[in-house]
Amino acid sequence: MPKQRVIPGFGLSMGITIFWLSSIIIIPLAALFIKAAGLGPAEWWAILTSPRTLAAAKLTFGASAAAAGVSVVLGLLVAWVLVRYEFPGKKLLDAIVDLPFALPTAVAGITLTQIYAPNGWIGKILFEWGIKSAYSPIGVFIALTFIGFPFVVRTVQPVMEDLGHDLEEAAASLGAGRWTTFRRVIFPMLVPALITGFTLAFARAIGEYGSVIFISGNLPMKTEILPLLIVKQLEQFKYEAAAVIASGMLIVSFGLLFLINLLQRRLNWQAR
Amino acid sequence: MAYRSVTTESAPVRCLLIGLAFIALTLFLLLPLAAVFIEAFRRGADVLVKSLSEDAALSAVKLTLTAAFVAVPLNTIFGVAAAWLITKFRFKGRTFLLALIDLPFAVSPVIAGLVFVLLFGARGWFGPFLQDNDIQIIFAMPGIILATVFVTFPFVARELIPLMESQGSDQEEAAVTLGAHGWQIFRRVTIPNIKWGLLYGVLLCNARAMGEFGAVSVVSGHIRGKTNTLPLHVEVLYNEYQFSAAFACAALLALLALVTLGLKSAVEHFTGHSAKGRH
Repeated sequence: MPKQRVIPGFGLSMGITIFWLSSIIIIPLAALFIKAAGLGPAEWWAILTSPRTLAAAKLTFGASAAAAGVSVVLGLLVAWVLVRYEFPGKKLLDAIVDLPFALPTAVAGITLTQIYAPNGWIGKILFEWGIKSAYSPIGVFIALTFIGFPFVVRTVQPVMEDLGHDLEEAAASLGAGRWTTFRRVIFPMLVPALITGFTLAFARAIGEYGSVIFISGNLPMKTEILPLLIVKQLEQFKYEAAAVIASGMLIVSFGLLFLINLLQRRLNWQAR
Repeated sequence: MAYRSVTTESAPVRCLLIGLAFIALTLFLLLPLAAVFIEAFRRGADVLVKSLSEDAALSAVKLTLTAAFVAVPLNTIFGVAAAWLITKFRFKGRTFLLALIDLPFAVSPVIAGLVFVLLFGARGWFGPFLQDNDIQIIFAMPGIILATVFVTFPFVARELIPLMESQGSDQEEAAVTLGAHGWQIFRRVTIPNIKWGLLYGVLLCNARAMGEFGAVSVVSGHIRGKTNTLPLHVEVLYNEYQFSAAFACAALLALLALVTLGLKSAVEHFTGHSAKGRH
């Protein structure tokens, strides 16, 4: 006999959750895959391996990985400073980290473009050094880093706050310097959180649209990202092609998330 | 002799790291934020006011508010129900359900828009049926609302689940033994415990609903004065090289972001602990 549930509301909350989840998320996503499955394997292959799709995929996944990687370094630095040190302006710094979460992506897009354009505040300096930031893959990378790095700060910060000082004291008493302690004691404990942060930043970056399309210049084969390619297909009423690219994107990103999850579990298991 | 802690760095290293973090965040976050307002005011306050009070801008504001006004309460009800289900009960498939709730975070906003075009568009599954009955969903308000609901789906649930998990169910169970029924428990026991987390979840959901671009852009059709939300209006103006007007509307949206961040800090201040979530 099943155990009697003490707290009421199981049926109601299950009903609301399942109804809303199916009508908003599951059925529409299923419709996407069914639409894409309407085309045969040969057509799938032709769409997914066309030079334009491949170029967009390379840029999307490459720039996302690079941005998530830089986000990890920057996020670790900011989280460290926020958790470990006291200084004036700390509250402000902590609050401003969330800005990319709250700022609409279109606003982020136009203002980043303004700054990194060849006549913008930072773009001008980079341009003099011969680096074209906006309207190039570097611009895509900048926008994706802007979007991604708060994820790393906000996943690493709570873990860092929970680390006690005892291990560090033990390391110091055994003669380890601060750098050695960080490298050999603190950093390994942060690795799982850093991987989670990387994953979140990476997953968000792959799908990002609003902040990228302004700064990238949107040249096919050069600075066109996958979500934009989907929009372009839709504008030409190529619904099937759009569905195939979208399905491919979802499959690849779910697969990547799954792999990173596995890696994460392995690490957690080893750490025990 | 000054006491030196072994669990912190020497003063120069500390200053260097703090300095680096400050420079990085200033260049990377504050500069873009400042640029929005500087560009908005570049041609004077009257140009700013004029661009915000023109008809297309006003109707965009109205549409944005309406979409958020519908989407946010719906996802709040869902979020509370889902958090109740996940944290108060143990059942088969719970982890899987949790993964499904997080799913929209891993779906590109463009794909969120695309799925509704495939369902309700002129050549979509329900397209002929909708056309026969003269109902328009895509390139109209219902599509915009659906896309907004999709992208803001997990926000409230994601904020409440860790909070309610950490609080446990002891108080609710005590209320049951004292004879309270479901609604009473929820209103008198649970709500007072979760109100700040709930408020923060709603704020984030709202910020995203009003600022959503990709998903709404796919379903809206960009009909000026009709189906342009404020973020889409920014894009249209920007592409027409009306930079001052574009940045004026962008400044309005940036203000919304700042208010959200300010309220978030206030919530953290009131509760004494941080309400940090993943979104």
